[in-house]
Amino acid sequence: MSTIQRSDVPHEVVDPAFAETPKIANTPASRFTSAAANYIDERTSISAVVKEFGRKIFPDHWSFMLGEVALYSFIVILLTGTFLTFFFQASMAEVTYDGTYLPLKGIDMSAAMNSTLHISFDIRGGLLMRQVHHWAALLFVASIGLHMLRIFFTGAFRKPRELNWVIGFVLFILAMAEGFTGYSLPDDLLSGNGLRIIDGLVKGLPVIGTWTSYLLFGGEFPGTEIVGRLYTLHILLLPAILVAALGVHLLLLVINKHTQFAGPGKTNDNVVGVPIMPVFAAKAGGFFFIVFGVIVLMASFFTINPIWEYGPYDPSPISAGTQPDWYIGFADGALRLVPSNWGFMIGPWTFSLNIVAPVVVLGLFIVVVLIYPFVEGWVTGDKREHHIADRPRNAPTRTAIGAAGVTFYAVLWAAASSDLIATHFGLSIEGVIRSLQILLIVGPIIAYQAAKRVSLALQKKDREIALHGYESGRIVRLPGGEYIEVHEQLSDYERWRLLSFEDYKPLMLRPDAKGRISAGQRTRALLSNWFFEDRIAPVSATELEQSHGDHGAVEAGEGHAVESGH
Amino acid sequence: MARKPAKANRRHPLATVVLIAIGLAFTGGGYALFTSTATAQTDTASSTSQSSVDEGKKLFAANCQTCHGMALEGTPAGPSLLGVGAASVDFQVGTGRMPLATDGPQAMQKPPQFTEEQTQALADYVASLSPGPAIPTADQLTANGNATNGGELFRINCAMCHNVAGAGGALTEGKFAPDLTGVDSKYIYEAMLTGPQNMPVFNDHNITPEDKRDIITYLKYLQNNPSPGGFELGNLGPVAEGLFIWIFGIGAVVALTVWLTAKSN
Repeated sequence: MSTIQRSDVPHEVVDPAFAETPKIANTPASRFTSAAANYIDERTSISAVVKEFGRKIFPDHWSFMLGEVALYSFIVILLTGTFLTFFFQASMAEVTYDGTYLPLKGIDMSAAMNSTLHISFDIRGGLLMRQVHHWAALLFVASIGLHMLRIFFTGAFRKPRELNWVIGFVLFILAMAEGFTGYSLPDDLLSGNGLRIIDGLVKGLPVIGTWTSYLLFGGEFPGTEIVGRLYTLHILLLPAILVAALGVHLLLLVINKHTQFAGPGKTNDNVVGVPIMPVFAAKAGGFFFIVFGVIVLMASFFTINPIWEYGPYDPSPISAGTQPDWYIGFADGALRLVPSNWGFMIGPWTFSLNIVAPVVVLGLFIVVVLIYPFVEGWVTGDKREHHIADRPRNAPTRTAIGAAGVTFYAVLWAAASSDLIATHFGLSIEGVIRSLQILLIVGPIIAYQAAKRVSLALQKKDREIALHGYESGRIVRLPGGEYIEVHEQLSDYERWRLLSFEDYKPLMLRPDAKGRISAGQRTRALLSNWFFEDRIAPVSATELEQSHGDHGAVEAGEGHAVESGH
Repeated sequence: MARKPAKANRRHPLATVVLIAIGLAFTGGGYALFTSTATAQTDTASSTSQSSVDEGKKLFAANCQTCHGMALEGTPAGPSLLGVGAASVDFQVGTGRMPLATDGPQAMQKPPQFTEEQTQALADYVASLSPGPAIPTADQLTANGNATNGGELFRINCAMCHNVAGAGGALTEGKFAPDLTGVDSKYIYEAMLTGPQNMPVFNDHNITPEDKRDIITYLKYLQNNPSPGGFELGNLGPVAEGLFIWIFGIGAVVALTVWLTAKSN
């Protein structure tokens, strides 16, 4: 494989198992197909696109399908969402409920709530559609999150895919925005309280807060505007941006080619897998229906967002256990964890740090995730293209940073359910909050250290196995009386996976053209040192040669007889 | 006031006192009768069964007075029970919250220690020493009121602690508002009337007996009519939904991706 020339873009190799092209029978049907294809091609020149896109290779690994799950749940959301728009009225005009659900009969509510109840109880299949829409939304954001974690931990965001990481991240934010605007539409007690929290958050921003809130709500909260405005965002602006960004995301995926895990025949210069046409398309099409099926199953058996229990929004009541949907939980958690007495006054102005601090921390967190590929690229000084996905253990510092980030997010997320943790585990809510506050600071540090140590240990284990093979558990006595344990060597195929990763070293501090070392360079060298000071070098060819020499000696002696004995 | 000396001569010196007493008894009694059948209930309950009161006194002396005092006056270990009424005793003892098993943030529900007769005797005894809210009658508990009104009242007065579906919720310092699913109507009524543990009292002026019946009607409606959307996931809201999607939704989907990309060996 080492003889293949490097190129900027990897070439694509069809997995031999799927290499044969199907034979085309010369039947009337196939003649019609080819005539029709020709007709279209002569007018659109689409064959170039089909050739490029249809022969695109997808490597096979389960974690490469998480992004697809997000795509398919988004399609489900589009389909069910369209159905819901047929019946939903985005108006806060007051009406009296006169539908089927008995305990709300005669209650005054907004037209939005009324129409959502109408969809739930009086439109055939309406409740199922609502539940499919909502469950699919939860799955959508969850699968995006998981997809991002896969990209992060395998280093698939490195050159040339940094921009696609950014676009993907924007998609994640858009998905959360879509989720939140959708959550607020039914105008039930839960969604109204969610909006109230956002209103409080906006009002807590210094100087601009109050005016921004008035702008959003068209006057004092809750007003009579917000549902209509959120509806426009939810079904027009946000989906439009989302679809556009999704298009670019997929286009870049085709242009950059897919990453793959290292393996025999899989190099940085090729992609081995199945082509879209026909194998992958069939598989993916089937997978779409499977994801759809899973969502519909969930939606038919499990209630989600029972607005009839929450009742119409009224600013005075609130329900215990009022939480946002899971993906906004981290923000809610940040508000719960911040000490509530943070803040100060300058003259007549109040500065609510208990609002500003979480906003700033979350903003920083989001920005760090967004620009991480560029930060890592700068720190490592690595300008090469990477098409081989890292095993997480082979990039210990990145894996540790990821683990710390996940822990930070998870603690914030858990804090959003502090009340339910308290009731269900018989704890006091103050104790839960205090523990999570400590864990928010200490947790990421512990996770960082643990992940780094575990990664390095796994790398050491890999190195041992690559050099000396597995301990077979067979103890053999040599004629001289010496006991040895027979190590079973890996096959070259298996060993390839363990050997092929890149070796990094901390950057050298070098003076620039003027003979000076700038502060930026110093920082960079410091960070690079932090990134790579603890590392396990991959097994080199010489080492491998040497270790085989050792084993060869044993095998050449009496060990050889033992080897042939099994 | 000017005519008082002239009239005083024609009356017995105690006439004013008697008159005031009669007037008070009349207005007070009338008021009590008018606003709450509860007080009237206390009177009949305590007057009908003297033996029950005696039995209750013995039980009280053996099980309660260490903390609540010989004459219900309370001790540092337990509050005074003067004026709590039969309803409170019936709730606390009937649901097993009293006698306390251990000190804690709040008394926990457990299998009751006393039989129904013994609980009734304790209630009679406590009610006989000072008046208080009585155990509700069966017609106050029929769940055939107005569920719409009950639902609205529940959301406004109860949901902030008990959750909109009555699934319970957290309070401060380890205290909590319990799950209301499956709770006997009598205990729901008594809890509203007497405000056990950390619960505020919703007396008959605040929430009338009819409103209380409506609230019970609504809770029983929720209990007897399962969610049209399917399993309720404990009615805990978005946290339960989020856990579900991450464990079962993502779990199923990831299992399927692994299955789809599995190569036959």
